[in-house]
Amino acid sequence: MTAATDPDDSSGFKLSQLIYDTRYRAITIQVLTVLAVGWMAWELIGNLMSNLAARGKDVSFGFLLNPANYDITESLIPFSSTDTNLRATFVGLLNTLLVAFLGCILALIIGITAGVLRLSNNWIVAKLMTVYVEAFRNIPILLWIIAVFALLTEATPAPSAFRGDDPTSTMKLWDTVAITNRGTYIPRPIFEPGMGLVAIAFVLSIIGAIFFVRWSKKRFLETGKTLPNFWIALAIVFGVTALVFLVMGMPVSWSLPALTGFNFQGGLQINNPFLALWFALSLFTGAFIAEIVRGGILSVSKGQTEAAFALGMRPSKTMNLVILPQALRVIIPPIISQFLNLTKNSSLALAIGYVDLRGTIGGTTMNVTGRELECVILMMAIYLVISLIISSAMNLYNASVKLKER
Amino acid sequence: MSNLDAETVQFVRETMIPPSAPPGRETGAVKWMRENLFSSWFNVIMTLLAIWFIWHFFVPMIPWFVNGVWNADSLRECREILDGRTGGCFAVLSERWKQLLFGFYPQTEYWRPILMFIWLAVAAAPIMFDNLPRKLLIATAIYPFAMVWLIWGGSIWGVLSVAAGFGLGYVAFKFADRKLEGLIPLLVGLAVAVVWWLFLRGPVAGGLQSILPFGLPSVGSRELGGFLICLIIGVSGIALSLPIGIILALGRISNLPLVKMICVGFIEFIRGVPLITLLFVASLLLNYFLPPKVTFDLVLRVIVMVTLFSSAYLAEVIRGGLAALPKGQYEAADALGLSYWQAQRLIIMPQALKISIPGIVNSFIGLFMDTSLVMFIGIFDMLGLAKAIRANTAWIGIYWELYIFIGLVFWVCCFGMSQYSQWLERKLRTDHH
Repeated sequence: MTAATDPDDSSGFKLSQLIYDTRYRAITIQVLTVLAVGWMAWELIGNLMSNLAARGKDVSFGFLLNPANYDITESLIPFSSTDTNLRATFVGLLNTLLVAFLGCILALIIGITAGVLRLSNNWIVAKLMTVYVEAFRNIPILLWIIAVFALLTEATPAPSAFRGDDPTSTMKLWDTVAITNRGTYIPRPIFEPGMGLVAIAFVLSIIGAIFFVRWSKKRFLETGKTLPNFWIALAIVFGVTALVFLVMGMPVSWSLPALTGFNFQGGLQINNPFLALWFALSLFTGAFIAEIVRGGILSVSKGQTEAAFALGMRPSKTMNLVILPQALRVIIPPIISQFLNLTKNSSLALAIGYVDLRGTIGGTTMNVTGRELECVILMMAIYLVISLIISSAMNLYNASVKLKER
Repeated sequence: MSNLDAETVQFVRETMIPPSAPPGRETGAVKWMRENLFSSWFNVIMTLLAIWFIWHFFVPMIPWFVNGVWNADSLRECREILDGRTGGCFAVLSERWKQLLFGFYPQTEYWRPILMFIWLAVAAAPIMFDNLPRKLLIATAIYPFAMVWLIWGGSIWGVLSVAAGFGLGYVAFKFADRKLEGLIPLLVGLAVAVVWWLFLRGPVAGGLQSILPFGLPSVGSRELGGFLICLIIGVSGIALSLPIGIILALGRISNLPLVKMICVGFIEFIRGVPLITLLFVASLLLNYFLPPKVTFDLVLRVIVMVTLFSSAYLAEVIRGGLAALPKGQYEAADALGLSYWQAQRLIIMPQALKISIPGIVNSFIGLFMDTSLVMFIGIFDMLGLAKAIRANTAWIGIYWELYIFIGLVFWVCCFGMSQYSQWLERKLRTDHH
């Protein structure tokens, strides 16, 4: 970068060239940096070793195979206190992934809706969305999590309020959903034997729809004739599945929540910590996604729309073929990094007692076994792996939509 | 031709017809509503939905605010005063607002954080608005030392001697700069400052304190809390993370492979883990990595972690700005014969930072909001205090009043920052749109 002084060949190599000659300076700087970083790492590890020795501790991950000795209320896989710490960690990881996955979907729906509506020419709706975005973007996620949790636990009726001849609370949605301070109860589907076939039919029909769309695209390129691809594909998927469902005699029944004694029985209980975390994360991230979507749509210049109209394209085709492909290139990478943020923010479950990865390996396991170092390292490593997977997916996408510069 | 026409015409109007009033549906509120609320059947449905939403969620809040009770000793008393009406119990705020702002800071010393708030405004002003007198920058330069002394108290000589290290280092740098070239004067300055801090500062400060004792009562980090601690951590993090972020961004795009590798590793690691795990490292693990008997203040550890966390995000934002800069700018700087640092300082950074202003301010807003996470490691920030207040028998069952207050405080700070960034972006825009 700098103006290099030509080395003086006659006098050979001089020590000052290590600083003043750009060819050697690069090496000098790197060697010094590596020495500094290496020295720091050496010091830290040396301190760690002597501190561990002084406390009579060692670094070992053997505790992962020992019984966990604690219970987890919410678990996607069977878990009891005699299972290992490793399994407890896995339960926590699944809970983290569950809330992150559902949160990403809901945040995307909220974000796209709010972002598009903020651009709408309806004054009151646009203003309402502005209020939503500015309120959620400028108040910490932790406060939202705690506030939503407080709303769910303190502003909802106790199950006892549903009792008696003249209850103060009633179930919502034609007596199928009960919102209480102990959680929300929704109907739970009970699958009967024929349901497997329905599922297979569903998967097969999706594959069929994909083949149809491919064939239709090929036909379009060859003959120029178009079909309403989206609707036909939808009809294939739902038509076939519904047909098989009816033929099998509707092999599904519902377990409805009902008040027995002091609490609700039956149905699917969704705990308040999970609901609060899910809603708060989705609403918070949704506000950021809304801004990304709005910015992406605004980034496509008006001339593109006008040019498409001038070519005689209908508005729906203009949107699908001209605006969206350009806007998505701007929109998708930041949305994926918002998903990443949502996943990392799910560790704030700590505030409301949802047992996620931090609640198991970084919480109860750590407190029970007293192995802070191993637990924190393991927890960080798992989060890091999740993040790296998501960001490498993003890099792949970026590479695929990159403008081909010739 | 036209002359002939004119002769055949029987009547020529010589004055304009006064314009008639537009039709009623095309003027005023009616037109506005037709265009902005009811332009299509879809918009009619949306408008009705929005009005229904406002009616159900925002209108019921009005009596809650209007009937609010501001003077009471407990939630029970609030309910007695309200006597069945809806209303907030804002008495909790009138009783505890000082605690929410200053934590457990001694009441008699409140003037110190208040002076710090005011000084912060004075110190930030010349950085934010370049039409203010440059002399105000002196207040900015003194501010870090003044803040530490005002908040934590203790002997003034301790802070002054630390500041003197910077002065001595600078003098040594200037002196060496006249005799020597390249990086050596910088190293000389650094060495002098480090020697002063490590070996001479302590005895000198102690000696001066015994000769001329002057200081403020000490306040421990445990007594800090509320909005004060958010502001201390937030401001320190913002001020420290920008330079580190710039260095990391430059390291990441540098053509020195080893430096680049270290920077990429650091940035990706920090960005890959949640802040809360880093705070756990600061509160639980740091003792393992420090020499025995060396301890850091908890607030200092948090500031370090928050700074590292934020600087990794800033580095990515600034890298985006650097990447957006046309290559010709780098080549022009080289063609002028500028050295690497000269080119960065005069050509590259001013433009790259300008491009990345929105991202940088968003990172700052994120950092400021993230200070609320310190409640997890035993620091009583506003949310931690709210939890404690809600556990108090007098106020058990209260939540909205506290959360609205806390939310409002954060909202004002963060919204202010984002408005400032938009203003700055408009001001610095050099193209013509």
